[in-house]
Amino acid sequence: MIVLTPLRKFQFPVMAECISPDVFQGKSRDEIASLTVYEGNRRKKLGNLFKIEKESAENLKITIKGDVNEVRRIGSGMKSGEIMVFGNVGMHLGHKMEGGKITVHGDVDGWAGSEMKGGLIEIQGNAGNYLASPYRGSSVGMRGGRIVVSGNIGTDSGASMQKGVIKIHGKAGHFLGFRMRGGVIHVEKDVGDRAGACMTGGKIVVSGSLESILPTFTIDKMKPKVKIDQNEKVTGPFYVFLGDRSENGKGKLFASKAANPHLSSFEKLL
Amino acid sequence: MELLIKNGFVFDPINGINSEKMDIAIKNGKIVDSIQEKNAKVIDASGLTVMPGGVDIHSHIAGGEVNAGRLLRPEDHVKDVERKTAITRSGVGYSIPSTFTTGYRYSRMGYTTIMNPSMSPLEAKHTHEELSDIPMVDKASYPLLGDWWFVLEYLQKGDLEECARHIAWMMETVKGYAIKIVNPGGLESWGFGRNVHSIDDRVPGFDVTPREIICGLCKVNKMLNLPHTIHLHTNNLGVPGNYATTLETMKCLEDLAGDDKPVAHITHLQFSSYKGRDWRTMKSGAEEIANYVNNHSHLTMDMGQVIFTDTTTMTADGPFQFNLYNLTGHKWVNHDVETETSGGIVPFRYRRKNVVNATQWSIGLELALLIKDPWKIFLTTDHPNGGPFTAYPKIIAWLISKKARMATLKRTHPKAIKRSILSSIDREMSLYEIAVVTRGGTSKALGLKHKGHLGVGADGDVAIYDLNPESIDLPTDYKVVRKAFSRAKYTIKGGQVLVKDGEVLQEMYGKTMWLNVETDEPCRIPEEMKTKFRDYWTVEFDNYPVSDHYLRSQSPITVKASI
Repeated sequence: MIVLTPLRKFQFPVMAECISPDVFQGKSRDEIASLTVYEGNRRKKLGNLFKIEKESAENLKITIKGDVNEVRRIGSGMKSGEIMVFGNVGMHLGHKMEGGKITVHGDVDGWAGSEMKGGLIEIQGNAGNYLASPYRGSSVGMRGGRIVVSGNIGTDSGASMQKGVIKIHGKAGHFLGFRMRGGVIHVEKDVGDRAGACMTGGKIVVSGSLESILPTFTIDKMKPKVKIDQNEKVTGPFYVFLGDRSENGKGKLFASKAANPHLSSFEKLL
Repeated sequence: MELLIKNGFVFDPINGINSEKMDIAIKNGKIVDSIQEKNAKVIDASGLTVMPGGVDIHSHIAGGEVNAGRLLRPEDHVKDVERKTAITRSGVGYSIPSTFTTGYRYSRMGYTTIMNPSMSPLEAKHTHEELSDIPMVDKASYPLLGDWWFVLEYLQKGDLEECARHIAWMMETVKGYAIKIVNPGGLESWGFGRNVHSIDDRVPGFDVTPREIICGLCKVNKMLNLPHTIHLHTNNLGVPGNYATTLETMKCLEDLAGDDKPVAHITHLQFSSYKGRDWRTMKSGAEEIANYVNNHSHLTMDMGQVIFTDTTTMTADGPFQFNLYNLTGHKWVNHDVETETSGGIVPFRYRRKNVVNATQWSIGLELALLIKDPWKIFLTTDHPNGGPFTAYPKIIAWLISKKARMATLKRTHPKAIKRSILSSIDREMSLYEIAVVTRGGTSKALGLKHKGHLGVGADGDVAIYDLNPESIDLPTDYKVVRKAFSRAKYTIKGGQVLVKDGEVLQEMYGKTMWLNVETDEPCRIPEEMKTKFRDYWTVEFDNYPVSDHYLRSQSPITVKASI
């Protein structure tokens, strides 16, 4: 196991793609310390910024102790192993991740799990905007894996999602699942405006209150239960909306009946 | 500065030199007979292939559309980033690289002259500013004149001489090199949401047909003695069944061919060679087109080869881009340039497992291989429409090796094999023929006297590739060839070594070529035209011409017109 402790508070963004079990694999402590990172526009060595301790022979487990708010791209493209962070993390955590597990005991900034293909990200605190969303202009969203957030998430999350599961125990901001094509997003508490805008497939399940439904969604039916994945079902009952009709979409938006009395007028249309 | 390239295997098709071991001497940027070895920098090219610097006849590298494409596609750039080095600037790719990156990448492949094939006259200033920022290569631009209102009016009146004078004036005004015609009549119709579907449809608002535009401008081109022929993007491009329109277009130019010289260049021919009623029945019409071209000598063409990759399509053909947008549902930019032309941009991914895309891929190669004379059809991808220009080495590998073609064909959609006859073609090009399709032929078709060959007096533009034609068996070692052509051993431009082993050694800015056409009588720019500018354009007439300071360094070519 490798333990990284930041030596100071970073003033500038640190680009640290190298903090990944696949990169650390088979390297000695000194080799790890000499990996390249960028602090602002300066090239630095990982050892300049972090205290590095090697606690056992295998490197598949990385523990980061302390806040690394400015450190970006931790676990970028990782395929196996585990990263645990005790503190807050910067942007692009687990970008293009393909496997393994990342656990954060703290908050994460934007674009966590963007363009993710597989693996598991667990966030005990809150997540920023653009959770699991692609970068601007791209239409390649999350293509697999699982993200679990215990707290709240920001806006524009799950954009262009194709596969996989995102589970939020807290609230979500607006534009959830924008241009979503597949996969499942489950939010246990409230969701902001315009959920599922331009979605053409997939499921968004809202157990809390949904501020409003886009006019391009039509009510389909009521459902007592919704399947999230093989092991999990959420009990409702739920209103089921189909959309986004402006895109000829067949996405499903589930809104809990109990938490959304303002949607009861839709029952007339059934 | 003197430079001597010793003992290389020289391929210089214009001078008929095929793999001869000889020395090339360059003095003051030009090729000379011989120089004193002791004063010169010597490059030992023994065991290497020496060719003239590459000349690309059709590649969208600058202009309003290219830049709009860059803005449209941040996701294209994020996956291909080039860091700054001590010599080169940073930049991004992939299908629409930034200006500096475009120059470096061409130079790394041994190209030294690039033709930017579509410049709407109104955006000429922008285009020249961008061209000025492209290092490492000489360049020129073709103004879009096929749907230019004044041309349409002159053709309607039948006043070809005045039309010619007007075009001579336009060439100087926008600093252009050849007459580009895109979907003649179609772009004007697109202003009204319509298109023309055959070469005899009427253009709305004008009493002309595409046939009259093509033939008229072809005659004008002859009157002006322009070095290149008209550069034509046919009607009905990218529509199944369009090979018939293409053949008709080719036939309507037959009478205009006086001597054996070509009178028109049909560009990205692959997109104009589809058979079938719709996309489901679409198949290759390359055989018919090739049969026609083999029996006639009034045309030159380029391939417009498709590469299986994610790219960005951009043409001045607005209605075609609209159809493509409807087909893909992707992002779309529609671009209308006042009274001059239209344009559109749609990102597109050519997929191996898509039967239409796989057939398109076959058609490009079929055309190049079925047309027997390599001086007629040249290598392009219509960058970035068929794929980025960085894929040229791949195409070279497909052209020289059946094995390479079959390896790719096997990975495509199984139905695609039956829709073309590519699998039955055994022809494999030689390095000499590759030199024709990438430099000799293009330079000849463009009428560039100092480019594309290594004769005395030519520009000192040389590309040296790490290929030994004596020891290599091209068809089996196609991977070696591909690698060699993607990283030139040396690229020499004007006697300066710019690239060594695929790395840029120094940055240098080439010249922008344009035509200074001298007519007996100057063009009458009537008061009427100035009033029209007031009425229809957003710019004043006096602000319209491209002034000299838009061009970093220029090389005007004087042409004596016969009117």
